[in-house]
Amino acid sequence: MSKIGVFVCHCGENISSTVDCEKVAATVGKYDGVAFSVDYKYMCSDPGQSIIKNAIAEKGLTGVVVAACSPRMHEPTFRKVCAEAGLNPYMCEMANLREHCSWVHEKGEATTEKAIDLVRILVEKVKYNQSLNSIKVPVTKTALVIGGGIAGIQASLDIANTGHKVILIEKDPSIGGHMSQLSETFPTLDCSQCILTPRMVEVAQHPNITLYTYAELESLEGFIGNFKAKIRKKSKSLDEKLCTGCGLCTTKCPTKKIPSEFNEGLGNRTAIYVPFPQAVPNKPVIDRIHCTYYTKGKCKICEKVCPTGAIRFDQEDQIVEVEVGAIVVATGFAVKRPDFFPEYGYGKYADVITGLQFERLASASGPTLGEIRRPSDGKIPEKIVFLACAGSRDPAKGIPYCSKICCMYIAKHAMLYQHKVHSGKSYVFYMDIRAGGKMYEEFVRRAIEDDGVNYIRGRVSKIYEKNGKLIVSGVDTLLNAMPVEIEADMVVLATAGVANEGAEELAQKLHISYDPYKFFAEAHPKLKPVETNTGGIFLAGSCQAPRDIPESVAMASGAAVKVAGLFSQDELTREPIIAVVNRQAAPVYSSCVGCFLCVSACPYQAIEKEEIKNRTGDLIKSIAKVNPGLCQGCGTCVAFCRTKSIDIQGYTHEQMYSEVMALLNEY
Amino acid sequence: MTLGFYPGCSLKGSSREYAESVLAVAEAFDIHLEEIKDWNCCGATAAHNMNKELSLALPARILSLAEKQGLTELVVPCAACYSRLTVTKHELSENPALKAVVTEANDLAYTGSVNVLNIVQMLDKYIIPNLEGKVVKPFDHKVACYYGCLLVRPHEILKFDREEDPQSMDALMLKAGATPIDWAFKTECCGAGLSVSRTSSVGRLSGKIMGDAKDRGAEAIIVACPMCHSNLDMRRDAINSYLGEKVDIPVLYITQAIGLAIGLDRKTLGLQRHFVKVSV
Repeated sequence: MSKIGVFVCHCGENISSTVDCEKVAATVGKYDGVAFSVDYKYMCSDPGQSIIKNAIAEKGLTGVVVAACSPRMHEPTFRKVCAEAGLNPYMCEMANLREHCSWVHEKGEATTEKAIDLVRILVEKVKYNQSLNSIKVPVTKTALVIGGGIAGIQASLDIANTGHKVILIEKDPSIGGHMSQLSETFPTLDCSQCILTPRMVEVAQHPNITLYTYAELESLEGFIGNFKAKIRKKSKSLDEKLCTGCGLCTTKCPTKKIPSEFNEGLGNRTAIYVPFPQAVPNKPVIDRIHCTYYTKGKCKICEKVCPTGAIRFDQEDQIVEVEVGAIVVATGFAVKRPDFFPEYGYGKYADVITGLQFERLASASGPTLGEIRRPSDGKIPEKIVFLACAGSRDPAKGIPYCSKICCMYIAKHAMLYQHKVHSGKSYVFYMDIRAGGKMYEEFVRRAIEDDGVNYIRGRVSKIYEKNGKLIVSGVDTLLNAMPVEIEADMVVLATAGVANEGAEELAQKLHISYDPYKFFAEAHPKLKPVETNTGGIFLAGSCQAPRDIPESVAMASGAAVKVAGLFSQDELTREPIIAVVNRQAAPVYSSCVGCFLCVSACPYQAIEKEEIKNRTGDLIKSIAKVNPGLCQGCGTCVAFCRTKSIDIQGYTHEQMYSEVMALLNEY
Repeated sequence: MTLGFYPGCSLKGSSREYAESVLAVAEAFDIHLEEIKDWNCCGATAAHNMNKELSLALPARILSLAEKQGLTELVVPCAACYSRLTVTKHELSENPALKAVVTEANDLAYTGSVNVLNIVQMLDKYIIPNLEGKVVKPFDHKVACYYGCLLVRPHEILKFDREEDPQSMDALMLKAGATPIDWAFKTECCGAGLSVSRTSSVGRLSGKIMGDAKDRGAEAIIVACPMCHSNLDMRRDAINSYLGEKVDIPVLYITQAIGLAIGLDRKTLGLQRHFVKVSV
């Protein structure tokens, strides 16, 4: 006979304001097998935990049901309480009275009745619970960091400095990310390159960091502590060991008119190229799409001029297999191409540019060496207009969210422009100024008050060219929606920050979730901001949501601490919620008939064939066997099994049926 | 083949030439346009500013009559009528309670099965695929396609073309042999109903449109809305006094331009009815 304890939590008022907790405890207390039933205001608090521990000891409980919040919140807490009181932790179940009942229903009889039902089905389930033991798995103490922008760089350095190995992969030929493209940074106006490039060098020289640039994740298998990653090192057409980075090839390459990605199309590069002079590694790659040799079959000038003979035209992509224990995803963001703004004329008018393009114009390493010159004719613009929220906060354009960084960088852009072009006039069209952050509001005020930037609250309906000027036609909502027309020489669009192309595909490779905008999803919006729902995979920077530099760095350090914490253990404990194929006595051995549908259904390749042989070694039967190290407990095999021979521990058929029957039977 | 035809008030009055050219072009392609029997006003601007149910009941009645006549597609050349009918379809499909109210008020069954086509959609679907070979006199002019406010808005409901910088008329005119220009006032307000109450405002608003078209070398303005046409054509004096010069660029309905391209008679297309002489 079971002796089950039921502990009903008020969760302050979260549950008790709509559910009669006393009645739940009293009603459930009368059910068969329930030996103890009580309610309390905060079951997760120290006194609450003591109630559970004491009841286990005094009543000799064989099972526990805590009726409180979601098990995602406190199941580990209450299982630990049970373990401390000497009860197997897997004899503890949680009925979710908060998210599944009190928060979503009005106060009333029916709500309390539903709460009672929720508790009852768990009481019936616990009757069939079995003691389980957690699974121990080893930890590979090497981290994989995906993405070499500021977030990936910070995470790599932080992890490497705790003494653990790091493999950093970057899809572009150099690390540095968007930050390397920026001119100055808000709110201090310190030069982006000056604070970033030393870190890039540190990454390249760190003994604990292996850097693969021009490389992408091909596939990922395994689980926390034990991942196997395949990395595709795209062919650079170069023997990196021989290349000295002298740069002769890039000066001699005849294909010189390729729009430079680093300069956002405002400058050109050659087909064999180093993205920018401070690149790490400072060695070139050949862009095979544009290289004359690959497109037309002849040229090879770079090979002829290379003093060390490092060019390798026949080099192929290389797949590197690595074993890692944790992964930090720091793949960053993209800037929405404003093609979806035909009314602003991006692409039609050369002098309508994006914020990132303006960064290149303002940067000392940019195509104009830091002089603000407009793309069309190289003239210094006398009047410049900045448009905030070009796409962001605009549900009609499909981007309802705030891209967060634009208010600040627009203030910075306008300020930089005023500092460089003293006679110039600058205008900012904005919806709201969102300058939450240390010294941020002060920075914006400085732009307005000290540097004389004209802020106009209102939106722009269209931009068109007339007599060589860009006519910016908008409205000033602080002047009673008065139409405003500005004849500008250049317009900068603060286009929305969006998820990187391929983010969805990467998330699927990693088995992590993503939000409707394809930003990767954190495990908890407040309390687990750098974790994902997949154990051992963490997030840093703008791949999770638009983030500025300080936030990306803080997040990266946070993710690094999580990795270091993981690596501080030699073994990890995993929940034993895994599939098992039943075994019985001879001559049946198992109800499994060996159809192996489960093998093809398993997404983790965790099921193999097991051959049962007699003493003389003759094969009696082939049945399925689940590898407990690989199984993630997803349950797909259970659904596929035609003979019901597979059960998920903790969620067996017997347990599920007892829950259903508890709902159907009268009490 | 037969398509339903809802002319609305303008096409029976101030923009008779629009109706004439629509019917003539349709006939040239063996399309019979069957007018809705006993049709009523779409409600125009007045109804939806005063009474929501009325503003839906009026277009719903037209759609119900079309259903009753066994029509599956309804051609609505006036951009304002098209907007009212499409918005009504949308609102009634989203809101069953409203649909019940409207059905009861009209005392006519309404299922929402009739597909509403504006003139650009009609041309694109039934005329353009058969246009090649029929063009005897390509409309070889630089044209400014002017969409106005109602033809492409609101996009969430109409789901037709791009809300800003639309392209559909430009594509059609290209097929008729014209050279559509890239200009900035495709969807700007022409002044609409202020035509009567504040003609000078129409002069200013339509003047900006006309001015930009002229500056960019347009030889004709192509429209698909009676209101746009009347403001740009009939109010030319007000426009010219705003611009301070005499601009004589003609304004043609898209069906008139296509009619000319396939060799229809100018009188059949009603070109003589315009205030600004159609010189192209």
